[in-house]
Amino acid sequence: MPEPIEVSPPQSAPLPPVLGGSPLETLPEPPPEGTRSAAEEGLSIEARSQFRMAAERFIHHKLALLGGSIFIFLLLLSTVGAHFWRYGHAQITGQFGTGPSLQHPFGTDTIGHDLFAQVLTGTATSIETAVVVAVIATVIGTLIGAVAGYYGGWLDAVLMRFTDLVLVVPLLAVLLVLAAGVHNLAGNWLVIALVLALLLWTYLARLVRGTFLSLREREFIEAEWAIGASDWRIILRHMIPNAIGPIVVNATLTVATAMLIEAILSFLGLGIQPPDVSLGSLINAGQGDATALPWLFYFPSGILVLAILSVNFLGDGLRDALDPSQRVRA
Amino acid sequence: MGAFIARRIAAGIVLLLVASFLIYLLVSLSGNPLAALEANPHIAKATIAAAREQLHLNEPLLERYWTWLTGFLQGNFGTATTGQAVGPQVLPRLVVTLQMVIPATLIAIVLAILVGVVGAVKQYSIVDHLSTGLAYVFFSTPVFVLAILLKDFLAVDFNKGVGHTVLYTIGQNTPGVTGFGNVAVDAIEHTILPVVTLTLITYATWSRYQRSSMLDVLNADYIRLARAKGLSPRRVLYVHALRNALIPVTTVIALDFAAVIGGALVTEIVFGWEGFGRFFYTGLTGPVSPDVNVVQAWFVISAAIIILFNLIADILYGVLDPRIRYA
Repeated sequence: MPEPIEVSPPQSAPLPPVLGGSPLETLPEPPPEGTRSAAEEGLSIEARSQFRMAAERFIHHKLALLGGSIFIFLLLLSTVGAHFWRYGHAQITGQFGTGPSLQHPFGTDTIGHDLFAQVLTGTATSIETAVVVAVIATVIGTLIGAVAGYYGGWLDAVLMRFTDLVLVVPLLAVLLVLAAGVHNLAGNWLVIALVLALLLWTYLARLVRGTFLSLREREFIEAEWAIGASDWRIILRHMIPNAIGPIVVNATLTVATAMLIEAILSFLGLGIQPPDVSLGSLINAGQGDATALPWLFYFPSGILVLAILSVNFLGDGLRDALDPSQRVRA
Repeated sequence: MGAFIARRIAAGIVLLLVASFLIYLLVSLSGNPLAALEANPHIAKATIAAAREQLHLNEPLLERYWTWLTGFLQGNFGTATTGQAVGPQVLPRLVVTLQMVIPATLIAIVLAILVGVVGAVKQYSIVDHLSTGLAYVFFSTPVFVLAILLKDFLAVDFNKGVGHTVLYTIGQNTPGVTGFGNVAVDAIEHTILPVVTLTLITYATWSRYQRSSMLDVLNADYIRLARAKGLSPRRVLYVHALRNALIPVTTVIALDFAAVIGGALVTEIVFGWEGFGRFFYTGLTGPVSPDVNVVQAWFVISAAIIILFNLIADILYGVLDPRIRYA
């Protein structure tokens, strides 16, 4: 039952550059003229954009700010900082299995690698892999979820059955099989990233599908249909911006998941292969000497946990800011 | 209820068959088990041809799957690339894994409920902040990091402190121990660390759900009513609040069970248990790999356990929430 046409002009006007466009969130109505007793008393009410409201909520989330700062710090340190460090990650230093010192802040391994240089490179690999996974998985998940939610039909059916399958088969084991298949072909981190992305999009696809199913019934979408907007225009210009909150949050949390899984794969020898190093493969290499040379274990795993923790805090803060309906009570 | 269970089991079997087919394709296409043999110039062509014959690699993929499926339906898991039958190895190895998974899951559930409820009741207290922080740390820690930490650092110091080995770090038991009491003590001493690892990794997420669902319930009107009509706080908490707060958590735990099995796989490898997970890992990365029949057995049995677990959760759901009727 279409709404009267008069609804469409204001609604079909481009939405504000929404970041927090979850359906439950509406802008506070500016008080009508003449009733501004509060403004007269000096408490003026300023109209705030959705983006600004989200940003304010985010700023108030101290742990999220901390998490974001740590993550950016680790990213810069491992990508930019590594170029300024006195050792390369594959360089043999002549110091074998020495503990942390001023010369080697994280110590050296038995072959003579400077562990700090290795951890920097490993962190860069882990973060890059995880970010690539998150980007690819988010694009695939959003597209498939969008098409399934918007059109329904066979793609929707296939997606839902696929989801059923994913629920009964341990994901980690499937990834191990895939990784075992590709690790002989290439130890390239990009291959591992593709393998991870291939399986990590399903959760987001379901999320986007659900959001689209409910958005489809809203009046402003109906208005779009009424004025003859194309399907792609509706999806890209109107529906995705309204689902962007959950998408961004999920993309962030996928970075954490990908780092965790990549570390496990690399630890088991099926992930990142030499000459590339990742934190997982470093921990695997250091594990043999863990009791005698404990720094080989402490530093890579400490940085790994710190990185994952920081992304999780960041994701949680973003969830509170962008997607309050999904919020787990803090 | 009977019809509901029957329908769910039927759906589960269909799902299992589809999954088994896809996994079979995936594993078969993921590698050539004879690659190492073929790369070795000292091995005669005839030997390789014989091995190929023995592994049925000459047949088309679909035919191989069909052979596997007909065998499986008759309770035959096929032969491993080592020549041993897969079927007889499944149960002993599964028992080893369950020795870790069952206690860990039970303890994790109890711990998650306890921590979640305390966190919700004492919201924003020191206990709450502390348990929230710990939960974050645990679900940001890869299983193997925690396992190595316990194994190579805590256990060594602990055993030194006690003066003899209490916390074993390798294997699921000591071979050659006899007598029922000794076997039991030995098994427990081997099981403690893996169970602690798996428990800590799993309880963290669950406790967050429990806390948030408990907070939702505690703010509900019917809880205010229960308090207003003068029920004791204890009764309000346990009978009215907790029972309702358990409902969403049940689903989370059931859906998360696949992750527990994945976690057990890694834990087993770090602690050197000859369990079901290592069986899978050896089948995947061993000398003649991928060993399709071994990997396939692991997947099918894991999936069956997960489906069963989900079914139990659905039934529990009905017990916890009498409004839910299974038609």
